[in-house]
This record gives sequence, structure tokens and C-alpha cells, in this order.
Amino acid sequence: MDIASLTIDGIRASLLARRYSAMELAAEALRFAEAENPRTNAYLHFSPERAFYAARRVDERLARGEEPGRLAAVPVAVKDVIVTKGVRTTCGSKLLANYIPPYDATAVERLEQAGALLIGKTNCDEFAMGSSNENSAFGPVRNPVALDRVPGGSSGGSAAAVAQGTAVVALGSDTGGSIRQPASFCGVVGVTPTYGRVSRYGLTAFASSLDHIGPLARSVKEAATVLGVIAGRDARDATSAAAPVPDYTAGLDGKVKGLKLGLPREYLKELTSETGELIYAAVDDLKRLGCEVREISLPATDYAIACYYILATAEASSNLARYDGVRYTFRSGQTETLAEMYRNTRGEGFGAECKRRIMLGTYVLSAGYYDAYYLKAQKVRALIARDFADAFQEVDAIVAPVSPYPAFRLGEKMADPLAMYLSDIYTITGDLAGIPCMSVPCGKTASGLPVGMQILTRHFDETTMFRLADAFEAHSRAA
Amino acid sequence: MKITEEQVRYVAALSNLQLSVEEVAHLRADLDGILEHIDRLNEIDTSGVEPMAQVLYEAEDTATLRADTPVEPLGNAAAMANAPQSGAGYFKVPKVIER
Repeated sequence: MDIASLTIDGIRASLLARRYSAMELAAEALRFAEAENPRTNAYLHFSPERAFYAARRVDERLARGEEPGRLAAVPVAVKDVIVTKGVRTTCGSKLLANYIPPYDATAVERLEQAGALLIGKTNCDEFAMGSSNENSAFGPVRNPVALDRVPGGSSGGSAAAVAQGTAVVALGSDTGGSIRQPASFCGVVGVTPTYGRVSRYGLTAFASSLDHIGPLARSVKEAATVLGVIAGRDARDATSAAAPVPDYTAGLDGKVKGLKLGLPREYLKELTSETGELIYAAVDDLKRLGCEVREISLPATDYAIACYYILATAEASSNLARYDGVRYTFRSGQTETLAEMYRNTRGEGFGAECKRRIMLGTYVLSAGYYDAYYLKAQKVRALIARDFADAFQEVDAIVAPVSPYPAFRLGEKMADPLAMYLSDIYTITGDLAGIPCMSVPCGKTASGLPVGMQILTRHFDETTMFRLADAFEAHSRAA
Repeated sequence: MKITEEQVRYVAALSNLQLSVEEVAHLRADLDGILEHIDRLNEIDTSGVEPMAQVLYEAEDTATLRADTPVEPLGNAAAMANAPQSGAGYFKVPKVIER
């Protein structure tokens, strides 16, 4: 059994042909993931009890001749900001090092209902704040493609696990690019669906108007399959959308001829030459597939980073207020008074990046600054969303780079927080507008570092996004 | 300079964050650089633009309402299980009011 090259369809066929049982697969997948983990530190902890429990249920269904589920015995990894009942969920933070959630996130519940095996929880930047996975309290993740480089962030562990082959698919979360950027750095597919498409019940809140859960996978079809399982209305998340969930895999028909694509000129300015060449080559491939590509303009793009780091930090400063030493495991030893308990618990518990964002968010919301920062940023957000709405009057999808450059070296950007923030320049806009967007691999640099192409479409038009990505993937695999 | 160390200490107090002298100095420099970048928002004209608080799309007005059906709550024991200190079904904290 070659764990690293398993596919959803391959597992299904093997189970039905009785080549192995779900229990055998679970044991082998866990053994492989634990053996491989020291290379990358992608997982923070494993969940054998959950995996074996789910595997036994799959085997029972098979023995009774029942449908084993769309993700039967598929090893999955889940980012450690998504809660799992009875399985430690740390959010990459010292504050939650011993937190055992009393409930499951809806997305996890749906994966297991479909037969998936939860192998373990993946490393990430603390509370999903970062672009390199170096802000984890439990050590950075190394990029499996180049071990001296970052895997991207904040869902770096999920991207690394899928790239390394220890999980077939993984869940990540994306607030400003945290699924797409690590997917592009590790050479896998990463999807940020429409805001509200996947329930956030059980996703630890970072910036509630921007947070998404989405899948990472080694193929577009598998990412589409997982999204189909986890998407849809959930009464426990009032922001989840009621719109019906189409069969995303049925839409992968290769019919992209005549599709109108926009190439935003603001997204091509800061690219390193190699990333630029790969993106232009990918655009040429899309033209060969019959797509009509035209240059478009999204003029508010230059203001997106400033807008995002006001809104996201303001929301985060409020969402992280709950970690005060009362309810969530960690409390400072210095607690003479209640106020001292709050201050010391937070001062000792939060890492440098979380403190920076809490401070920035509190500052922009503080008396006298609200209009100049928060209100202004909300208006700029409206302009960014309007840019996309205008563009989608003319085009069916937008193609762009995911990151200005491929994976950088560990430590390279840690001394300069602004430089780290600027690396999110092309992914932040999709989150601000709430539109579906994804990263699909589009080649490697001369030194072998993966580069991702981004595809963005209208609200709830994941179908067009997946169709285009799948056709592109098939074309580049054939080449 | 966009922000002083005194302002950093004031915001830290609002945020309930205990910071060391070194952290205050570092944060002042970091926030200064970020606020400098953020200043570019003044270049863009937003007159007449409605602020966007959340992502909106076409849907029924009542699309996000759920049926009002009672469900089993989490329960006191489960809710307290992660408390650093608890007793008699309550979260325990240092004394707030002197008798």
C-alpha cells in the first residue's frame, strides 16, 4: 500500500475490491504519517482513536453491502484551528496547548459522516496569523519540497501534509490567503470557497467577516469532492449560506472553450521574473484551451493590504479577548488580582505576532481613530468588492498569481512584519470581496519551487472555477 | 513618527496585555511602520461609498434564520472541563471585590 500516492477514487476501488480494509488502511496511514512527520513538523498531534473508530464504521458498512460514503477511508488532516471533540486543538498557541474541545466543527462532522479518517491535526501560525507558519508556538513547519524553506501560512501544516502524502486531503482556513498561499508554496491545490459556503461552526474565530474553511488536495477533482461534502447550510452558523450545493465534480467536463478570462494588470507588477514567466506561460496554456484572455483593471488593489490589516486586526482584537485565563486552560501563575490575571495570562500566552495584531486592532478601534481607520477601511473594502463585481460584468473568471514569489527561506522575513504582510497582496482581495478563489499548481522554478496560479470567480460560482482549474490541470499534466 | 511608546502602553492596557520594556520598544517600531503603510488609504477617494461590514449576496431576507427547535445544550461539566480553576459548577477567578 503506497500511502503517499493514494487517491479518493483509488481507495474506493480498493475497498470495494477487498484489496484492503479501512482498518488496515487506517493503521498504515497513521504509521506512515507518524514516521514522516519529523521531516516537516506538519502535524501537532495524531488522532488514532478517531481514525480507527471511523475505519471500523466504513468496514461495517462494506460488510453489509452498504454505500461506504463519498470519502470512505480517505485519510484527512485538519488544521488545528478547527475544533475536534476529544482531540486536542491548540490553534498553534501556548494558550491552548492543553485545550480539549467538547464538540466537533461542522466541517469535521461532515467529513466523518462521509467516511473520512481523521489522521491528525496540523500545525499552523498561532490563531492562523501569519504567512509562513513560523508563528506556531510548537515550531515552524518545513516545506516538504525544499526543507530549508517555509511551507507558507497560515495553513502550512495542512499544505505540507498533502504535499508529503501523509493525508490525501486536508482542511485549512483562509482569512487573507492562508489556504491558497501555502498550497502554492507546496505545489498542491487549495480552495477558498465563497464566504458562507462552508459552515464556520467550530472554526476558532480570527476575523469573522473574512474567515473561511476550505480544502487542500493533490488534484482539482479531489478538492471539489471535499468541498461538495463540507459545503452547505448549517443552522449552527448563521452566516452559512442557504444556496443549494451543486455537484462540483459533475461540472468538470473540460468545456472551457470561449470562457472569458480577465488578467488584472495590478497583479502583475511585483512578480519575481520566474513567477511572472510561469504565470504568463499558464495564461498561454489557457488560450490554447480556447479561453479568451483580456487584460482588466482592479484599481483598488493597491489599498488592499492597508484595508485588510485594519479590518482583520480590529476583528481579531475583539475575537481574541476571550483568552483571558478564565475558561480556556492556560492561566498565568501571577494572579494576585483579576486584572493582573488577565494581563499576565495574555502577556505570557500570546506570541509576538498575535500581540502585534491585537495591538494594531485595538489601536485602530480606539477613541479618536475609528473613522480614520476602521470606517475608511470598510469603505475601501466596498471599492475592492465593487472592482470585482465590475470585472465580472465582462469576464467569467479572473486569473492571477497567488504570491509574488515562491516559498522563501525559514527566517527570511521574520524580522520585518510589514514585508511579511505584503506577501499576501494577491490573496487578500478575494477574502475582502468574499468570492471563491483557489490556487492550482502551474509549474516550478529552475530550483524546483512550486508556483500556483489563482482563479477567482463570482459569488457561488465554484463550478466555473473548478472547471477551469481542472481543464488547466489536465492540460499541464499531459504536457 | 506615527505612534509613541506612551501610546503603545495605553493600547496595551486597553488590550489587557502585559508587555516588557523590550516588547514596548519593538511594538512601537513595528506599528509605526505598519501605520505608515496604512496611511496610503488617504490617497483613495471614498466619498459617497457605503462602508462594507460583511459580504452580501442575493438571498431571501430570512435565508439565515433557523427553525426554533430546542437542542440539548453542552452541559455544565463539558463547559467547565477546560477551566484552569472551577468549583461548584462555576469558573473561579481571583477575588474582584474586597469585603
